[in-house]
Amino acid sequence: MRLFSRANALHLGLIALLAALFFTLPAYHTGNLARIMVLAVFAMGYNLLFGYTGLLSLGHALFFSAGMYGLGLAMHLGAATPAPAFLAGLIAALIVSGVVGFLALRTTGVAFMIVTLMFAQAGYLTILYFGSYTRGDEGFVIQQAQRSLLGIDLSDDTNRYFAALILFAAALLVTGAIVRSGFGRTLVAIRENEQRATMLGYDVQRLKLIAVVLSGVLSGASGAAYALLFGYAGATFATVQYSIFPLLWVLLGGAGTTIGPLIGAIFMFYLIDYASGLTNAYLLLVGVALVALTLFASQGIVGTIRARWIRWLP
Amino acid sequence: MDFGPHLILAILEGAVTAAVLALTAMGLSIVFGVMRVVNVAHGEFYMLGAVIAWWVATVVGAHPALGFVAALVIAPLVVGAMAAAADRLILHRIDYDPERTIVATIGLLYIIQQGTLMTFGPDARPVQPPFNSRIALPWPEWTDGAFAWAYPWGFGTTTYKLFIIAAAAAILVALWLLMTRTKAGLIMRATQQDAEMARAFGIPVTRVYALVFGLGAGLAAMGAVLIVPVQQAHYLMGGDPLLLSFIVVIIGGLGSLPGTVIAALLIGMSDGIISVFFSPTLAKIIATLAVAMVLVFRPQGLLGKRS
Amino acid sequence: MSLLSTRGLTKSYAGVTANSDIDFDLPMGQTRALIGPNGAGKSTFVGMISGRIEATSGTVSFAGEDISPLPAHKRIAKGIAYTFQITSVFGGLSVAENIALAARRQLGTAAPAKVAEVLEQVSLADRADQTARDLSYGHQRILEIGMGLAQNPRLFILDEPTQGLAEAEIDAFKALIRALDPATTILLIEHNMSVVMDLAEAITVLDQGRILAEGTPAEIHSNADVQSVYLGTEHA
Repeated sequence: MRLFSRANALHLGLIALLAALFFTLPAYHTGNLARIMVLAVFAMGYNLLFGYTGLLSLGHALFFSAGMYGLGLAMHLGAATPAPAFLAGLIAALIVSGVVGFLALRTTGVAFMIVTLMFAQAGYLTILYFGSYTRGDEGFVIQQAQRSLLGIDLSDDTNRYFAALILFAAALLVTGAIVRSGFGRTLVAIRENEQRATMLGYDVQRLKLIAVVLSGVLSGASGAAYALLFGYAGATFATVQYSIFPLLWVLLGGAGTTIGPLIGAIFMFYLIDYASGLTNAYLLLVGVALVALTLFASQGIVGTIRARWIRWLP
Repeated sequence: MDFGPHLILAILEGAVTAAVLALTAMGLSIVFGVMRVVNVAHGEFYMLGAVIAWWVATVVGAHPALGFVAALVIAPLVVGAMAAAADRLILHRIDYDPERTIVATIGLLYIIQQGTLMTFGPDARPVQPPFNSRIALPWPEWTDGAFAWAYPWGFGTTTYKLFIIAAAAAILVALWLLMTRTKAGLIMRATQQDAEMARAFGIPVTRVYALVFGLGAGLAAMGAVLIVPVQQAHYLMGGDPLLLSFIVVIIGGLGSLPGTVIAALLIGMSDGIISVFFSPTLAKIIATLAVAMVLVFRPQGLLGKRS
Repeated sequence: MSLLSTRGLTKSYAGVTANSDIDFDLPMGQTRALIGPNGAGKSTFVGMISGRIEATSGTVSFAGEDISPLPAHKRIAKGIAYTFQITSVFGGLSVAENIALAARRQLGTAAPAKVAEVLEQVSLADRADQTARDLSYGHQRILEIGMGLAQNPRLFILDEPTQGLAEAEIDAFKALIRALDPATTILLIEHNMSVVMDLAEAITVLDQGRILAEGTPAEIHSNADVQSVYLGTEHA
């Protein structure tokens, strides 16, 4: 793999563009963009499993909230500092995705979707059940004083933006490298024809489990970063809706493309932002987008660009 | 009240839940059985049934019984027609691909739910039951060395709740007759066996699918019309029935109709009974995990046979 | 010495026996054809060897090792390549990537050289960048064989490789197999008798899930039992 390939150039260019946008966009939009970049990491984690490996999970809110509560509870109840708390979030996501993956991967297709949905629902209810610690739907705030890493106050707008960008950049470069590695291309082979991959001697079951865990840890990193940067953890983030969102972002942006998750998250975020100014039923847009995407544009934005114009897009 | 009356009450409440759940889950099961797709918007068709029942009862306005009967006929028909239309406009076009169908019906879920929020509003609205007299239940007590019938306070049910159980049973029997004794049922079963073969024999599979999807949604709507005098119509009421129907259909064995009824009784009854003794949240956690485990380790369902 | 042997290999589906009690030995380096009428259980037999189909009873040994308890991917990793009866390639990926996937598990970063070599071998070099599902049927079958070659197999199992191929493509296939390293052991399920007679050093005839006869092409050709169940209906 060439270090200065077109794919790397695209990724580095995108990161530079996002850095430049901070200095040109008004504060309202940079605030949004910080949030979107963190959520895009969630979408990239989802994409690794759905877009590249071909496994459609309806339970990723569980991994996101594992990271969120892993960090959140460590800081809220354990008074941990951000770095070990972030690690706790990653470990929580690692364990949860390992267990869920191990069990759910015994099923395939529709059963896999339902099993992941059920596990995530059980996770959400568990957060409610331990409401005395998690404060349930209401959630809890992580104090501003606690949210400083290496002396940098992460609640400050500029610091927050660049912390989000660093996380996003790391996730983009890591997923970019994964999907172009032999391992990543084997995941694509599993998506395309699982039986064939097995009969080429690949341990499909093990590879799928690794994909679930990688996807889960990336989602957990996003959840932990969200809690850290925005100072809040709540059970809303564990609901089915937060399992649907990454699916929607990835479908809209383009499943199996490295930059699709970000593009999808930006579009959907602004679409919902706009619609919620018009009506309280703004989630209607989510529904319309999902139906329209399955009917007319199953490849999403970047997927369509790749299919029609730019074949080399990663 | 003592333990005994509590238990009986829980069983009675459970039977009402089970009756409505059996109808709703049966709708999901028939759709899965014949079309091999999972309809995530099923709970929203249930909700639509309740909302339309409220609307019909309000428009009719006369005696509650009249409005209720009109709703029981109109709501399932309207909901069924909407579902059939959704089938033709969306599912048919994506060729019933299992995964894309799930994504599309998630979209449909939001469209129906949010569309109802825009029109019907965020309030819960009641529908008058057609009749509703209280029946106090007797309980044997040991007083002064002899049994006597006592009527503990709060121990009883209503005629309407008994009616729900009877009506659901009647609808299920009618459905069973439809599936086993009529040409329509035969066509559905033939399509279920092998859609390609059915098409080769001149069965209009496209129309059968639309009708089955409509029938499934109509059954959910019927369940909702029956329960709405007890529970009120609300735009978010579709979530629990969806989850419970999933549980029922999975436990009963995907696509198995007798399994679905038995599982609905099991889940409906235990839902009532468990929540009397446990925190409802804990009961739900256990139930959800149990269902996931059933799918993982016994995908043919607890009651199904291994194929 | 046998590279592959089976003892008592049996498969029954819900009471119906597809293969019963098959004892089979394939010497190292031999090209063996497996023939028999439709429904004789040929695909089931090679399915049980490769691990795609779970045997009801019996054992499979490969290079002196009992591989019966191993799942399919581990058997393949021991040096077995398998081509499907119904073409099974990675439809959405390029021809080169299909072959690279077959080569990469063993070769890692050395895979590209092997890919180039195999592309030349199967004459698909000029189509390397095409998407596999856009290839003609004949080219897809050749690609699948290429994926087998890229694995450098010790045992190459081919399930009806020439099915649906044109005459010229069949000749190319024969040439390809003849040009293989003589150390490669081949188990070939084939209906086309000209392919069998041209390539096979020995033939095993399967009928109703049992071995009916085994021998050189000449012996099988003159075997009365075989003629009555099989060759009698074969017009090739």
